[in-house]
Amino acid sequence: MAITEQDVQASEDAPSVNYLNNGYGLKSWLLTKDHKRIAVLYIISISIFFALGGLFASLVRFELMTPEGDLMSSDTYNKVFSMHGIIMVFFFLVPSIPATIGNFLVPIMVGAKDLAFPRINLLSWYVYVVAGILGTIAVVGGGVDTGWTFYTPYSSTYSNSNVILAAMAAFMAGFSSILTGLNFVVTIHTMRAPGMTWFRLPLFVWSHYATSLIMLLGTPVIAITLVLLMLERGFGFGFFDPNLGGDPVLFQHLFWFYSHPAVYIMILPSMGVMSEMVASVARKRVFGYEFVAFSSVAIAILGFLVWGHHMFVSSQSTYAGMVFSIITFLVAVPSAIKTFNWTATLYKGSIVYDTSMFYVYGYLGLFLVGGLTGLFLSSMGLDIHLHDTYFVVAHFHYIMVGGQVMGYLGGMHFWWPKITGKMFPDIWGRVSALLVFLGFNLTFFPQFILGYMGMPRRYHVYPDEFQVLNVASSLGASILALGYLVPGAYLTWSIFKGPKAPDNPWGAKGLEWETTSPPPTFNFEETPVVTEEAYQYGPIEEH
Amino acid sequence: MADDHHGPTVRIYLAVFASLMFLTALTVWVAYQELGMFNDVVALGIACTKATIVILFFMHVKYASRLTWLLAGAGILFLLILFAFAMADYVSRGWLGMPASHYLQ
Repeated sequence: MAITEQDVQASEDAPSVNYLNNGYGLKSWLLTKDHKRIAVLYIISISIFFALGGLFASLVRFELMTPEGDLMSSDTYNKVFSMHGIIMVFFFLVPSIPATIGNFLVPIMVGAKDLAFPRINLLSWYVYVVAGILGTIAVVGGGVDTGWTFYTPYSSTYSNSNVILAAMAAFMAGFSSILTGLNFVVTIHTMRAPGMTWFRLPLFVWSHYATSLIMLLGTPVIAITLVLLMLERGFGFGFFDPNLGGDPVLFQHLFWFYSHPAVYIMILPSMGVMSEMVASVARKRVFGYEFVAFSSVAIAILGFLVWGHHMFVSSQSTYAGMVFSIITFLVAVPSAIKTFNWTATLYKGSIVYDTSMFYVYGYLGLFLVGGLTGLFLSSMGLDIHLHDTYFVVAHFHYIMVGGQVMGYLGGMHFWWPKITGKMFPDIWGRVSALLVFLGFNLTFFPQFILGYMGMPRRYHVYPDEFQVLNVASSLGASILALGYLVPGAYLTWSIFKGPKAPDNPWGAKGLEWETTSPPPTFNFEETPVVTEEAYQYGPIEEH
Repeated sequence: MADDHHGPTVRIYLAVFASLMFLTALTVWVAYQELGMFNDVVALGIACTKATIVILFFMHVKYASRLTWLLAGAGILFLLILFAFAMADYVSRGWLGMPASHYLQ
């Protein structure tokens, strides 16, 4: 979209003091209570862990280029894929959108000066950092080899790696996300601007509300599960060891009670990002706003009732499996509502083919494949064949990377001018979206075929006939890595050299676009009064 | 939000502390009694009573708004969901009459 001279002029007329230049010292950042600065601290932190997790992913893909285990031993490979999973899930995917874009935008979108508990917000970042340091110590001090799922009895009895330290790190990271969720729930309930009724809230806020409910209701369960694991491993308490009167499958129940909803902690915020971007690029109100809003809540609730689909081939009863299978099919409905409604929003919209649109298309495609292959896995009979194969790996990467990371990157591009006050080169944004889309598909689509052919996950030695697809996957991973490095480069460049961003570069609707870029410390010069529904896009003026 | 902030008095705090101490002592005493199938029931009953006291008084839920009650209730509801679905697995494991592996052979 073209930036007019008036936009630039309006931007230059904006108050010169904003959240970025309101204090430069390290102390002004490390002791800040400003949700926007804390969001920036989170962006830097999770980027470091994304790079670290990406490094382990690269090692996995590098090893899998040949059928022999010639780069590392089996034990080392176990540690590499475990640390990739633990870092990516607990230190990148769960906090990624809520703690960064969500932290930055939820108060602004509801018209508040900050989150309800600014000190707790800062505390959540410190808890996250301490958890990250513990996790890093676990990695550097020999690693952990249980897989990110910490399944017993391996983790409780047999593993000789840093299980307790890694579990403690995940435990603490969980508390960080509880604090973020608590802040969002209280803020959305109590700090909405005059006129900002529930059904005028942007869908981004609805999705973060649903996410926060999962964080509050689910995370304590994984926390206590990891404590039980540490107690059994450290002190011999009998929770999961049959010799001590425990049951290893109980761990799976407790673990997945949180960890399946955790997938929705990852994907719901990116769905919120998509709703905002779809409305903006189509210049239309999101089709079926209420349905999209309630589908977020439905996903949050139904998501708690499906965990047993991870346990079809454990000793879980077949009857319990049937119930979990049926409910899993049901949870596809609210996800489908969102996908259909975004598509219907695009229909007859005046679409702008900018970076945001590229990410929207990419997300729709990848999430569609990820969601539909989930239905394969929720069929009990088929799951017996596909369980613990690369089909599962491909499926959840389509959701957690294809969906979530696409949403995160799309959102970072969409709100980058608001966060930094600088514009990025749009052509490079489109190139990066294409690179991510192509690289991602080349990486993970072959894994569906590999899994269907029977290649199990978590093995680094495999039959020769699987090599072609594995090499294709590794090649795709290289392109995907490029797709992540390129935005890292030009977004960083834009901070120093990019043109100044106007307040509303995309002509989008929402309170965040009514304040300056970057916003002042307390977000608005005056408390905004909301007088209309969300996404009230008017007649097209500029294109 | 009509959040009235009448917190518990010091007297109530002391009463809660005394009851928690008493119930802790009771837990230890009960652990040495042979109650058959009621061993777990009694122990869990005492634990739930203590948790309720902590939630109502130390965590101020008794004095909080209805919204807080709703969220606290949601927490308990989801805990019950966890118990119910997990127990549904344990209860129905034997219903098939033979191990699932039978069908895989």
